[in-house]
Amino acid sequence: MEAFSLLLYGFGVLLTWKTLALMMVGLVLGIFVGVLPGLGGPNGVAILLPLTFTMDPTSAIVMLSCIYWGALFGGAITSILFNIPGEAWSVATTFDGYPMAQQGRAAEALTAAFTSSFIGSLVAVLLITFLAPGIASFALRFGPPEFFAVYLLTFCSFVGLGREEKHKTIISMTLGLLLAGVGMDTVSGQLRMVFGWSELYRGINFLVAVIGLFGISEILLTMEERLALRGHAAAISLRVVLKVWKEMPRYWMTLLRSSAIGCWLGITPGGAIAASFMGYNLAKRFSDDKESFGKGRIEGVFAPETAAHASGTAALLPMLALGIPGSGTAAILLGGLMVWGLNPGPLLFVEHKNFVWGLIASMYLGNLVGLVLVLTTVPVFAAVLRVPFAAIAPMIVVSCAIGAYAIQNAMFDIWLMLLFGVVGYVFKKIGIPLAPFTLALVLGSRAEDAFRLSMIGAGGDLRVFWSNGLVGTITTLALVLLFWPLISAGWDRLRPKLT
Amino acid sequence: MTSNRAVDIVVSLALLAFAALLGYDNWRTGISWDATGPQPGYFPFYLALILAGACVYGTVKEILARKEPSETFVTREQFARVLQVFLPTLAFCLLTQWLGLYVASFLLVAGFMAWVGRIAWWKSLVTGLVFAVLMFVTFEIAFDVIMPKGPVEALFGH
Repeated sequence: MEAFSLLLYGFGVLLTWKTLALMMVGLVLGIFVGVLPGLGGPNGVAILLPLTFTMDPTSAIVMLSCIYWGALFGGAITSILFNIPGEAWSVATTFDGYPMAQQGRAAEALTAAFTSSFIGSLVAVLLITFLAPGIASFALRFGPPEFFAVYLLTFCSFVGLGREEKHKTIISMTLGLLLAGVGMDTVSGQLRMVFGWSELYRGINFLVAVIGLFGISEILLTMEERLALRGHAAAISLRVVLKVWKEMPRYWMTLLRSSAIGCWLGITPGGAIAASFMGYNLAKRFSDDKESFGKGRIEGVFAPETAAHASGTAALLPMLALGIPGSGTAAILLGGLMVWGLNPGPLLFVEHKNFVWGLIASMYLGNLVGLVLVLTTVPVFAAVLRVPFAAIAPMIVVSCAIGAYAIQNAMFDIWLMLLFGVVGYVFKKIGIPLAPFTLALVLGSRAEDAFRLSMIGAGGDLRVFWSNGLVGTITTLALVLLFWPLISAGWDRLRPKLT
Repeated sequence: MTSNRAVDIVVSLALLAFAALLGYDNWRTGISWDATGPQPGYFPFYLALILAGACVYGTVKEILARKEPSETFVTREQFARVLQVFLPTLAFCLLTQWLGLYVASFLLVAGFMAWVGRIAWWKSLVTGLVFAVLMFVTFEIAFDVIMPKGPVEALFGH
């Protein structure tokens, strides 16, 4: 029951006019960002982060996380009305959402998407409320070896469980880790990999890289594909909302299954994309009427949306409790924490109660307000898509530049952003995943510090990573995940011989 | 018309060179152990090695698979469209250095809409102006976020 009283305390932090106003601003900006092609959750949060530099951390995180919820809701609008997934995790929503819109059932599909998003998030937030404090207090006992093992686990699970080619994930990750090391070495104070270039002394800022990699490169890609927007109009009436809500309980099993998948894949860095596809596929597999999927079945909207949002929300759990982001956007929020002078990790729950519980309370309120907001304002946001891309593209470029410059007031960062834009464009085209790079860049120096502190403590003995049951288990698990593709291939070959 | 595979190989080789450069720099910084533990170059040096290894693997794999068909990386037409947005962005970054961000963003928005989007001049100019002023008010005045400024802002005393 302690969590409950702390949550009430969080609502107390939240319920001021200023915070509520920021929440609304965040949600509207977020939906806007989610609807626009060439933007999306991580980009939106990264670009708008500079707006929060002068705020206190609680207001800042509330606004940013609301941008994120808004973007999650907004992504569904484009998927259903325009058949353009605003985000990779909305792809599965188009399978049944767009056919529904074609049949004139756009309002139903949208209501289904928004409501199931809300349910997915709600389940994940409940999980965070009751699980995160426990995990954090458990993690308070962690020393450097344990932390390094957890970082290792995060990195290895990306390699082992990711769907991309393994060597490309490794390239992306090592590149991110290397670039994280550029500049002043935090342990010895020595300069590394700067080649006498004074602009590099302060290091490569993670947010600059993210804005370039996601924002600028996405504009280049969108332009290359030349999107022709042809969408369906939609306004949602109360009658439709009630109709969908009445139908909903019939699909409780789908909702529950998708929520569970989402939470699991959100906490482990599997991500919302995998979750949405898995949610969809499982719903299809367990359905009596498999044929009707893909032809405008409402369950085909419920399943991926619930899973994607549960996962997007659950990704914040490891970020809050351990300081390890479960997704790209969570990584950017983590970058924000550091900018505001907070140290992410288990101590956050002890030292910054206001912040943590304000954030958790804002997840409840933000999602609820967001749901009402999108249900009532869909036509407005759908109209945004009729604005010509030629007007939106340069505005996004300017917003990216503002975001990149504001972080350290450096013109060099604008150039760096442009460079990362080109790199991101090429990487996306040849299938080098960007998420591991982002994660490595934000965690790189923390992982290295943890490694070196463990080494110093143990006098250079690598066995420190197996020195007790806890750290040994995590390290071993990390290695198993790293070599998982080999292990499972070997098992497949061995099994016929055994039986 | 370059294939995805060709680009893949070029990127792998470029990253290999990059890994070699960083590896060398870290080796110079010191990759061994001293009294306090690993030297500053230790961790990144081994990362550079892993990166190099992954690049070599990727290159060899793609070369071995060269007989299989590969997708086109980008067609001439697509590339032209990418340049249509990349070149103005580049110009925008250059102009930001001399004219400040707000004037440059006015020129970018108005110019891009008129030339690339073929939208009427007056609409483009008005949109550009409104956008630039809106950004100025939001960042410079409301949120206190300082952007690079040039001669025009100086005229207004900023």
